[in-house]
Amino acid sequence: MAATATTYGARAHARAQEGARAEAMPVVPARDWQDPPCEAGHLVWAETVAGGNYTHRVLARGTELRLTDLHGDACAHLLLHVDGRPWERLNVADTVKVQWNAYLGEGVLLLSDQGRVLASVVADTAGRHDALCGTSTLVRNTERYGDGSPQSASPAGRELFKLAAAKNGLEPRDLPPSLSFFQGVEVRDDGTLDFTGSAGPGGSVTLRAEQDVTVLIANVPHPADPRPGYVSTPLEVLAWRAAATRPGDPLWDATPEGRRAFLNTAEFLTARGLA
Amino acid sequence: MSTDTEVAARASWSSIVREGETLTITDLHGNQAVDFLVYDAHDTSVRYSAPDTIHAQGGIFLTTGSVLMSNEHTPLMTVTADGVGRHDTVGGACSKESNTLRYGHHTYAQHACVDNFLAEGARHGLGKRDLVSNINWYMNVPVEKDGTLGIVDGLSAPGLSLTLRAERDVLVLVSNCPQINNPCNGFEPTAVRMTIDEAGAA
Repeated sequence: MAATATTYGARAHARAQEGARAEAMPVVPARDWQDPPCEAGHLVWAETVAGGNYTHRVLARGTELRLTDLHGDACAHLLLHVDGRPWERLNVADTVKVQWNAYLGEGVLLLSDQGRVLASVVADTAGRHDALCGTSTLVRNTERYGDGSPQSASPAGRELFKLAAAKNGLEPRDLPPSLSFFQGVEVRDDGTLDFTGSAGPGGSVTLRAEQDVTVLIANVPHPADPRPGYVSTPLEVLAWRAAATRPGDPLWDATPEGRRAFLNTAEFLTARGLA
Repeated sequence: MSTDTEVAARASWSSIVREGETLTITDLHGNQAVDFLVYDAHDTSVRYSAPDTIHAQGGIFLTTGSVLMSNEHTPLMTVTADGVGRHDTVGGACSKESNTLRYGHHTYAQHACVDNFLAEGARHGLGKRDLVSNINWYMNVPVEKDGTLGIVDGLSAPGLSLTLRAERDVLVLVSNCPQINNPCNGFEPTAVRMTIDEAGAA
């Protein structure tokens, strides 16, 4: 009789797996992460997200979130919704229009559709990001890779976002256009796009939550990636307790549009007794 | 058969456009921006996706031949004629809230497209979560080498028009842009005309 033929044997077999390690997995508790980029004990989320996978977490205002492209072919598709009020969410059009820039990088504010800041980009060593092309879909991935369903070898970003959304009480109609980090595009004079790809292994971008936000992340190839294969490598996600941007921080006054966005956010949070 | 509606300056409009029918939008006085959202009429969770439209056609400007794609990467409408040559996919709608960032808090009392979309969408059971980045017909939003992006003077002129063919039954929402702080409509909102023609009509 096999060892797992009984309930006792199956239980022992399952429990013996504790302590196993894989490249892509969450580390719980997060403070057990080796070499944290913050004060000891401040880490609240430590995870390596496999290529073709997704993750999600609610982060408190003031939390910093660092995404790292470990091997050079991660692409972090990202959405933000205000925790508990998901009808206030990332608005990519406002983000690029209000800040007069189509490209993401250090100092960019990720704006909601209510004239407020959801998160700030406080550091960026990659410089290859995209606010124009969104994420991949079941239809496109099936055309390009043969399948795009979540359990396939080539999951589409939108399908993974639907799952991450559902686990936070959200529906497909709650998924607006997303941003993507680590795989970029550039706009030519005639409006057509050049895919720039990745900046290479080790690039990172750090966001700071300026409200309590639900973060949805899908790590899948950029929809404009011209390579025939589905190339998607692990994404490191670390988050730690820090402080939201305050008056006096250079970022607060970096632009008149950003200053008004921070002022609107502060007024809103103060009225709710949240800041 | 043809139905013809003039949409006043600052007003909203909506209609079902059946598969094969065409919708012609005429810029009656020139340089008016027409904010535009389109949904599958039978499943409004399938709706216009700016990013899918952009990466499907490999660029940010719309003109003849451009296919408006849904968030499930399926075609909603196709631009079959265009007298202007460039329309915007990036800038989205003006709102009272975004106006406070772009121009200052003194603009908060002014009319804005998001309010038009919310009011017009509510007539079809759509709420705030159903609004996404929209098309701005006749609006000109170039992107410079360094990424600088902005709404600049339009390329349209009085009487120019564009025509869209519905690839399935769709619901169209329009806000005839009331913005008076940027050149999308020459700082002066004016009327446009919406014409729906049955399948096969000119």
